[in-house]
Amino acid sequence: MVRVLVPSGALGLNYDAVALQRGIAAKPDIIAIDGGSTDSGPAYLGRGMSKYARSSTKVEWAGLMQARADAGCPLVIGTAGTCGADSAVDWMLDITREIAAEQGRPVKVAVLRSSQHPAEMAQAFTQGRVTPLPNAPDVDAALIESCSNIVALAGAEQITEALNTGADIIIAGRTTDTAIIAALPLQKGCHAGGAWHGAKIGECGALCATNPQSGVILIDFDAEGFTVTPLADGAKATPHTVSAHMLYENSDPFILHEPGGHLDVSKAKYQPLNDTSVRVTGSEWVPSERYTVKLEGARGAGFQTVTMALLRDERYVQNAQIWADDIVGKCSAKVVDRLHLEADAFSIEIRLLGHSASFGALETKQITPTEICAMGIVTAKSEGLSQEIAKLLNPYLLHHPLTQEEEVPTFAFLFSPPEMPRGEVFEFTLNHVLQLENPMDAFTLEVHEIG
Amino acid sequence: MKLARLGDIVQKVRSKNAGPFWLTIDIFCGDSDVYDQVVNTLSTRQVAQVFDVATQEIKRFDIADLNVVKFSLPRPFIQGARVDRDIHGASWAALLAESDLSP
Repeated sequence: MVRVLVPSGALGLNYDAVALQRGIAAKPDIIAIDGGSTDSGPAYLGRGMSKYARSSTKVEWAGLMQARADAGCPLVIGTAGTCGADSAVDWMLDITREIAAEQGRPVKVAVLRSSQHPAEMAQAFTQGRVTPLPNAPDVDAALIESCSNIVALAGAEQITEALNTGADIIIAGRTTDTAIIAALPLQKGCHAGGAWHGAKIGECGALCATNPQSGVILIDFDAEGFTVTPLADGAKATPHTVSAHMLYENSDPFILHEPGGHLDVSKAKYQPLNDTSVRVTGSEWVPSERYTVKLEGARGAGFQTVTMALLRDERYVQNAQIWADDIVGKCSAKVVDRLHLEADAFSIEIRLLGHSASFGALETKQITPTEICAMGIVTAKSEGLSQEIAKLLNPYLLHHPLTQEEEVPTFAFLFSPPEMPRGEVFEFTLNHVLQLENPMDAFTLEVHEIG
Repeated sequence: MKLARLGDIVQKVRSKNAGPFWLTIDIFCGDSDVYDQVVNTLSTRQVAQVFDVATQEIKRFDIADLNVVKFSLPRPFIQGARVDRDIHGASWAALLAESDLSP
């Protein structure tokens, strides 16, 4: 049997300290926590930085490094620093060094890197080794090469390599959410379907149980399946909470693709073991012929400046869409005229917050609100251009009348100046897989003795 | 007969990203009667119209064991693209919850 302790769904979301102590007392074989996801958008991968505050990350990671020492088992984090790019891994390694020094405890740290060179990925694309998944954006070699960061998602094989170094702590770049949990059970010969299924159920911590905010869970893997137990007071796993978790952020609730194959849970059986634990058997692992890893990429998509005005006058609130469309048309023409830009070299958008900002043209509700925030979003090729265009937009948002005849209106600006530069913005570029001869071909492993 | 809105008869409609390129919507019906009603009256075509995507691009799962109907579709806009309006994809559920079921 292999016992995996999962403190929470992500480092930075906090965990229940009392429940964590229970987990340590249960003598886990490994502590595994996820450090990231694409869920917060492309800027984190684009910039290679973490979403969470360094202070929160440090406090929580220090608690887990202490827990590791108390439990006498390895600690692994996957997708370090939200995006798992090399710069985010280095950020996490730096925090780990600080904590090791402060705790006065030397540790052996294995670092698994997942970043890819855009030029090499462009070449792999040209050679047919990078292929699209369903609903992938159209890409070509030049676009791939223009990415600021590309990462490959490591699977269980690469985590196992890191475990084999005998490290106390493994800081992994981008991995699949499940690989950090499944790797040790797979290495020790536990049921492969059970290992991947248990890892999927556990990767969000106690989200598979009642009291989902409590975080800490324990998963026992064996020759036939797995047993999941939430550890916080009042948290219970039931066959319903566990099986329903396969729906979460999954486009297919029965199939999960991983490097080297896929998990099929359509025949899984969920049985209550007692008040709090659920036993799962019957999950299947189906190996694939080719070994592929998924790629994620992000690239700069221009520079943005945001500006906003409040409409409170009833007539303007009622006619806000007409007013906004008229401004976008007139201001865009002015930009072309004054800055000698092509019309496709920039974008001006006005979203009406409180009116239709969530769904735009798909909105079905038609009501007149008290007030509307008109948010102007300017995107252009450079920071300077984006701010210049936002300044051209300024007089319209302040004074644009619905008709030529009426007295010039004045709307409320919230700030002086109203323009808020957002810096460079990013977009996701890849929904592709990279074929590998050897699982470690796209990854590197290094070992540091620190503290 | 007054039309029922989906959100008024089910426990919860939830939408989330399933990666940057897909949106997944889980309709938790609560019990088997409501589940049967949703399965029989909510067509994949109607979901396609609400989100302005092609019907054949939508994956549908009717999961009786959980009293859940699940739809996965290409995200109306790629997550975080300039024209995207909801990075985490959680708002989209409201649009479906407010749509009427056929009698």
